Amino acid sequence: MLRSDVSDVRARRAPSDGDDLPAPDWGEMVQLLSPEGSRHPDPVYDPWVEDVDDETLLRLYEDMVVVRRFDVEAVALQRQGQLGLWPPLLGQEAAQIGSARSLRPDDFAFTSYRENGVAYCRGVTPTGLVRVWRGTALAGWDPRAVGMATPQVMIGAQTLHATGYALGCAKDGVDSVAVAYFGDGATSKGDVHEAMVFAATYAAPVVFFCQNNQWAISEPVGLQAHRPIADRAPGYGIPSIRVDGNDVLAVMAATRVALDRARRGEGPTFVEAVTYRMGPHTTSDDPTRYADPEVRAQWAAKDPIARVERHLHTNGALSEDRVQAVKEKAEGFAMQMRDATYGLTPPEPLSLFDHVLVEPPAEVERQCSQYAAYLAMFGGEE
Amino acid sequence: MAGTTTLAAALGSGLRHALDDDPTVVLLGEDIGRLGGVFRVTDGLQRDFGADRVMDTPLAEAGIMGVAVGLAYRGYRPVVEIQFDGFVYPALDQMVTQVGRLHYRTGGAVRMPVTIRIPYGGGIGAVEHHSESPEAYFAHTPGLRVVTCASPQDAHTMLRQAIACDDPVVFFEPKRRYWTKGEVDETLDGALPLDRARVVVEGTDVTLVAYGPLVVTARDAALAAADDGLSVEVVDLRSLSPLDLDTVEASVRKTGRLVVTHEAQRSGGLGAEIAASITERCFPLLHAAPVRVTGFDVPYPPSKLEEHFLPDLDRLLDAVDQVMGRQHSLTGWSA
Repeated sequence: MLRSDVSDVRARRAPSDGDDLPAPDWGEMVQLLSPEGSRHPDPVYDPWVEDVDDETLLRLYEDMVVVRRFDVEAVALQRQGQLGLWPPLLGQEAAQIGSARSLRPDDFAFTSYRENGVAYCRGVTPTGLVRVWRGTALAGWDPRAVGMATPQVMIGAQTLHATGYALGCAKDGVDSVAVAYFGDGATSKGDVHEAMVFAATYAAPVVFFCQNNQWAISEPVGLQAHRPIADRAPGYGIPSIRVDGNDVLAVMAATRVALDRARRGEGPTFVEAVTYRMGPHTTSDDPTRYADPEVRAQWAAKDPIARVERHLHTNGALSEDRVQAVKEKAEGFAMQMRDATYGLTPPEPLSLFDHVLVEPPAEVERQCSQYAAYLAMFGGEE
Repeated sequence: MAGTTTLAAALGSGLRHALDDDPTVVLLGEDIGRLGGVFRVTDGLQRDFGADRVMDTPLAEAGIMGVAVGLAYRGYRPVVEIQFDGFVYPALDQMVTQVGRLHYRTGGAVRMPVTIRIPYGGGIGAVEHHSESPEAYFAHTPGLRVVTCASPQDAHTMLRQAIACDDPVVFFEPKRRYWTKGEVDETLDGALPLDRARVVVEGTDVTLVAYGPLVVTARDAALAAADDGLSVEVVDLRSLSPLDLDTVEASVRKTGRLVVTHEAQRSGGLGAEIAASITERCFPLLHAAPVRVTGFDVPYPPSKLEEHFLPDLDRLLDAVDQVMGRQHSLTGWSA
């Protein structure tokens, strides 16, 4: 059900002094797989995932396991001093895999820095995933080669890029879609609001995919919004869906609804995937200073991978052999990532002058040759 | 095709050529469609090319700029109009953190052929935020080309070159010269490259570097100085980033004296960069310290005071006197 009408949403209790800002549980969410792994019938969303049989669900399960495994590996690599920083996605696997696996190769994702699961689905290599965090480049991959922009560090800026790209798709007369990934914190940014204005005005084929992981570093979502995030969109004339972001099947259904609207020229859709950031903001962060361990434990019980596992087990679709094979694939990818990290050596010093403009400006060339001469005084470029 | 036209019309015909020549060119801005822009630069373009290519946008500069980035990602060549200089600041974030960096960030994989047109400068008796000269912010930002024009011919030629350029170009239009008339040849053959300065008056005693709205003033100063027996060479900078320091240096090697002028505030401005760079290159040849004639380090004043803020003929002549070691009035100090 698209939330074009907000009147049915329960008003949020006004916070009073001394009240902790709650992790809100406002309103309804689309859920097809319960945390216990049982499948809810849903007359509206079931048709959108009719084709998702046990084998398809197994592949989504495999993706989530791989992504979780390499995410853990990257955190370890950071702890070992091999990566400068890593933004873990732990807990958000279903939101990322369910949405990204709904995309076509000709669609284009504009993401923040936490969407390494999306990048994996787009075919980014282990080297591509770690390059930026190793500090050897500002971009991990060629955006056009994988249909995904390089991760955006400026919060929310990419929502405008997605909108512009979507306008271009419409001008080209193709039914490709741009998807903007951003978090709950980003919905406070002007860029995100301007993106929704532009997208609505021109009926741009863009999907606004918000992973509400409840946190913007230490700030709870209650500091960003007094209503469900999904309720922001209808004010712009953009229908929205609030979905259980830890339910890969429901995320896929919601994303497919949004993509289908865009492809049929019906314009933008806003998806709020309600999830929880189980780890720190980045490896530099310390959530013990602000996050309630009890709340975290409640979310751990809603784990996106465990519920698929339970469901598949109940169906008799997940053999021990298959579990083992998935584990091995995940382990293999993580080891590739480890090797890739060690394989990335600092770039050649003078490459810092490359690509400022398409043709190097004279002054930059001058600075480059002066610095080369300076380095040469020490007996080499190192 | 050659004829006499205003600078604003020369810009308009430049846009028309660009739209004709390249189907990926799209124009975005506030009031540029049905109205034809508040200065009528885009007059008639939406009628002739359609609302799909000449797009009236919501009133949101950051939005316009960010959407232009997305269009460029998709292979388009967006030409953005910022309605007035003072309205560019909401877009500054996207310009500095995205437009100017995507080529560098992606190791050359993604180009940002975005042209950002900005009417700028004072002298039109406007209210606040309509007379600013913010070029130094952009010239300080790597990855952006920054250019400005002084004549109808350059307005036409440089705008077409800017749109054809694969780098992002911030194109400053001297709004008080929009109605200046001049000959415009619409063939681009043999045109000076976009990043080159031009000597517009030759001279031997003093090099006077100007750009945009003050080139006309500088030419007038050279004429007046000639009456006084002084030979002033006027360099129209045209490109503010990258700077064509070679052309300025060649002139100063001849004259040994440098005056730089701009409407923008002095501190941290283009004049400082040019004076420092030329001093580095030509120090032993200089007969006097370079002098800057600029707006003062105050916010743009109310219009009834702008004549005191803006460099004019007399202040330029005073600076010429100063580098010549003659008596002059502004600082009382002689070189």
